[in-house]
This record gives sequence, C-alpha cells and structure tokens, in this order.
Amino acid sequence: MTDLTDFTLTEAREGLKNKRFSSRELTQAHIAAIEKARALNAYVLETPERALEMAEASDARIAKGEAGALEGLPLGIKDLFCTKGFQTTAGSNILKGFEPQYESTITQQLWNDGAVMLGKLNNDEFAMGSSNETSAFGPVVSPWRRKGSNVHASGGSGTIEGAHLVPGGSSGGSAAAVAARLCLGATATDTGGSIRQPAAFTGTVGIKPTYGRCSRWGIVAFASSLDQAGPIARTVRDSAILLRSMAGPDPKDTTSADIPVPDFEAAVSRGVKGLKIAIPKEYRLDGMPAEIEKLWADGAEWLKKAGAEIVEVSLPHTRYALPAYYIVAPAEASSNLARYDGVRYGPRVPGRDVIDMYEKTRAAGFGREVKRRVMIGTYVLSAGYYDAYYLRAQKIRTLIKRDFEEVYAKGVDAILTPATPSAAFAIGEKGSADPVEMYLNDVFTVTVNMAGLPGIAVPAGLHNEGLPLGLQLIGRPFDEETLFAAGQVIEDAAGRMALPEAWWAYER
Amino acid sequence: MSVDQQTVRRIARLARIAVTEEDVPHLQGELNAILSFVERLDEVNVDGVEPMTSVTPMVMKKRPDRVTDGGYAEAIVKNAPATEDHFFLVPKVIE
Repeated sequence: MTDLTDFTLTEAREGLKNKRFSSRELTQAHIAAIEKARALNAYVLETPERALEMAEASDARIAKGEAGALEGLPLGIKDLFCTKGFQTTAGSNILKGFEPQYESTITQQLWNDGAVMLGKLNNDEFAMGSSNETSAFGPVVSPWRRKGSNVHASGGSGTIEGAHLVPGGSSGGSAAAVAARLCLGATATDTGGSIRQPAAFTGTVGIKPTYGRCSRWGIVAFASSLDQAGPIARTVRDSAILLRSMAGPDPKDTTSADIPVPDFEAAVSRGVKGLKIAIPKEYRLDGMPAEIEKLWADGAEWLKKAGAEIVEVSLPHTRYALPAYYIVAPAEASSNLARYDGVRYGPRVPGRDVIDMYEKTRAAGFGREVKRRVMIGTYVLSAGYYDAYYLRAQKIRTLIKRDFEEVYAKGVDAILTPATPSAAFAIGEKGSADPVEMYLNDVFTVTVNMAGLPGIAVPAGLHNEGLPLGLQLIGRPFDEETLFAAGQVIEDAAGRMALPEAWWAYER
Repeated sequence: MSVDQQTVRRIARLARIAVTEEDVPHLQGELNAILSFVERLDEVNVDGVEPMTSVTPMVMKKRPDRVTDGGYAEAIVKNAPATEDHFFLVPKVIE
C-alpha cells in the first residue's frame, strides 16, 4: 500500500469517500510522519490526541453520510491562528504559554467542514521574516537540499547536520510541512509574500486571496491593511478546496468582504482560452538569474499554448512598492504590537514602575527583527515625520494600485511574474549584516499586498541545483478563480513537482 | 534622513523597548540601512494623490448597538501574569 501521507488532499478526500481507509488511519499516518520529522522543526506544537479525537468524529460522520467538505482531512495550522485551548505564540517569546480562549474564524470554519488539526506550525516571529529564521522556536529546515549537498540527519540523534536550506517565510513551517508530507495542507498568512515565497521555495502551491476574502479575526495581527490568510497545499486543486472553506464574510471582521464565496474547485479546470495574460516589464530586474528568466518565458509559452493571449504591460511604480512597504508595514506593526506589555498575556519582567515593566517585558519578549520593525514604525509615525514617511508611503500605495487598475482596465485578466528573485538560500546566508538584503526576497510579491490583490505561487520548474522555482499569477480583485484556472495550466505543463524523499526521517 | 544615537534611544523609549548601551550602535546602523532604503520614495511626485485608506472600496459595516457578547471575565484574565478578582494587576501607577 502507498503511504497515506503521499496522497494529495484531493486523493485523500476520494479515498475517504470510497472508504478505502478511515480518517483515523490517515491521521495516524501523518502523526507518525510528524514524529519522525521533528528535526525539521516544522511543528512547534503537536496535537495528536486532539487529531485522533477529531478523526474518529469524522469517521462517524462519514459512516452516517454527513461528511463535510474537508471531512477527516488532517491539516497543519500556522501558529499565528488562535486555537482555543492550544498554545498560540506567533513564534514569539512574548506570547509564551498563551492559550487563547477563543478560536480564529478561519480555523473554526475548517473544523466546521470536518478538517482534523495535527498541530501548530512554525513561522517567523509575528510573521516578520522571509526565511523562518526569526522564530523564537528556531529555524525550520527545508525538506529540499541542493544537488550534492552534505546536509543529512545524523545517525546518532537525528539532528540535521550541514548548512541546510531555509523553507522561506514567514509561513516556513506551513510550506515545509506540506512539502515533507506532514499534513495534506496548511493554513498560512501573507503580509508581503509570506505564503507565496515559502510555497515557491518548497515546490508547493500557495494563494494569498484578495484582501477581505478571508476573515482576519483571531489571527495575530502584523500589519492590518496588508495581512491576509490563505492555504499552502501540494496542488492547485487542493489549494482551491482549502480556500473555499477558509473564505467568507465574518461579522467579527469589518474588513471582510460581503461577497459570496464561489466554488473555487470548479474554476480549476476552466482553462485559459481567450484570456489576456500580461507580462509586466518592470519585473525584469537587472541581474535576474537566467533560470528565472527562462522559467518566466516557459510559463508565458505554456499559457499561450493553452489559448491565452500574452501581452506586455507596464506597472511603472513597481520599484517603489518594497520601500513603501517598509514604512507601512512597520508602522502598522508598531501599533498592533503595542498590546504586548506584560499585562494581559505572556511572561512579565518586573520593573521599578509600570513603564520600566513594559520596557523590560518587551525587551525580553521580542526578538531582534521585531524590535527593529517596531522601532522603525514608531519613528515613521512620530511627531514631525508622519507626513514625510507614512503619508507619503500611503500616497505611493495609491499609485501602485492605480498601475494595476489601468492594466486591468485594458482587459487583462491576470499578470504573470516570477514568484521569487532566486531559489531557496541556506541558513545564515542572507540579511545578517544588512536587513534590507532579506527584504529583497519579497520584491515580486509585495506589490500584490500593497494593492490588496490576489496572488498565487505555483511550482513551475527546477533550478540547476535541483531546487524548486515558482511562478506567480496576480489577479483582479476577488477573481481568485482565474488564478486557479491559470495555475492549473502551469501545473499541468510543468508536471507535478516530485517532492524530496524523507531523508530527515528518524525513529526515536 | 538618518538617525543619531540620541534618536535611537528616544525611539526605543517611545516604543517601550529597553535597550542597552551596547545595543544602540548596531540598532542605529540597522535603522539607518532601512531609512536609506526607503529614501527612493522621495523621487516620486505625489502632488494631488490621495493617500490610500482602504484596499477595496467598501462601505464601513455597521451593526445595531446591542450587547451580543460577553460575560466571561474568567476567560479574559486567564492568560494574564498577575490578576485579582478578575482585574489585571500592574505596578502602582498613581501615587
């Protein structure tokens, strides 16, 4: 029998429906795989008892013919989503021990549809990072290795030896777990590229829907006007199935859109015949690796062969998106993170007065990247600088959005770009001297958050070192369906990504 | 624009993050690296451009002014480091 963890979510759904295996068996197989993969550090909390309890309830519902859309399918949850009674830390020491007394809207919708929770997944602290290196739980090891790499699990202890690759971030645990077959799919969040960049680095599919498509209620906030949740999965179809359950209006989030959720899965096989797909010339960066250029050209060719018309367009303000983001996102973060003061949750460091207590608690609880961003945010919002920085950045955001509106007004249905400027890099390789070096990872994805648009990353090929590379498709507001349709064309043409063997597996 | 060490200390104070004297020089370097990166925005002409206030045009949702939730003080204080009778405890604020 094939290992049950090798199935895609779609295949597992079929197997459960045909009673070839039970949710308990499927869940047990994932629990066993997670135990053997602890060296990857993808899960920060394993919840096997809860998973089996949920799986048994699912099996009972399946037997009664009452199965929901995700009945019995085991998923991983990014540790940014509040899960009632299960520690939620956002990857930060300042939330150590925090057990939410409520459930996020998105996870509640997944459980309502019958999904099974395997545990909580590692991420960059407060989702601030592009490599999962800022997590208080330590970095995640990518299941991918460069060709000829000496990275291995040591025979004695199972720990990883050698300079391993990062899975990307901030949803690094989600992407690594999906690629390593430690769950059928995972929740993730994306503020500047945190779903799409790790998906591209790990050969998985990740979609950031339109701002407002999913409720943000119960998700630890980073930058509220940019944050949006979405799934990471192994195929385009799997991601469409998950997004349908995650999306929808929520009275608890006034920014969630009152727009009905379409049947995303039905859009997957729609094709791209007659669609106009644009290539933005500003995304052709100086010094872009030849492999990325080729991948991009291949993608355009595949879409053309499938019947789309390819046009070149201009998005003139592209180069300002990343710097404007590094004003808007830290500004909103400094405000959102003001709540971590040692009063309502998390560990407190005593001080001589209340301010001293706040300062010591935050100094001990926040990591370096978070401190840096909170301080930048505080500075750009401070008296005398607000107009020069924050207001100017918000005006530039209007111009970035307008660029997209003008392209869509010309009848363009979607925009094709590379997902990342390079393949995955090794731990410690980027950003240690200059934080901006790490920020440049999001150069192709951040425009989408600034404009509030939907974007999907789909694996499209391998780098010469054997690492996955992804393409990004950007859609019109609330038109994720076109992204699924075009994403499927790329997946079909590129062929399903062959995921790495479980070289990390270690029996304790 | 760049920040001096005095400004770094002032920002840290505003942000309520204690910094040691050894932290100040490297924080100054990192903050200045980010500030120099965002300087590129100065070349954009933003005359007459409205700042973006919402990503998708939508009408602010309103709800009837009714109590629909509450009555669980226990759950609210459950994660607090110091509480008494459903109150959060903090060091003395008013003398």
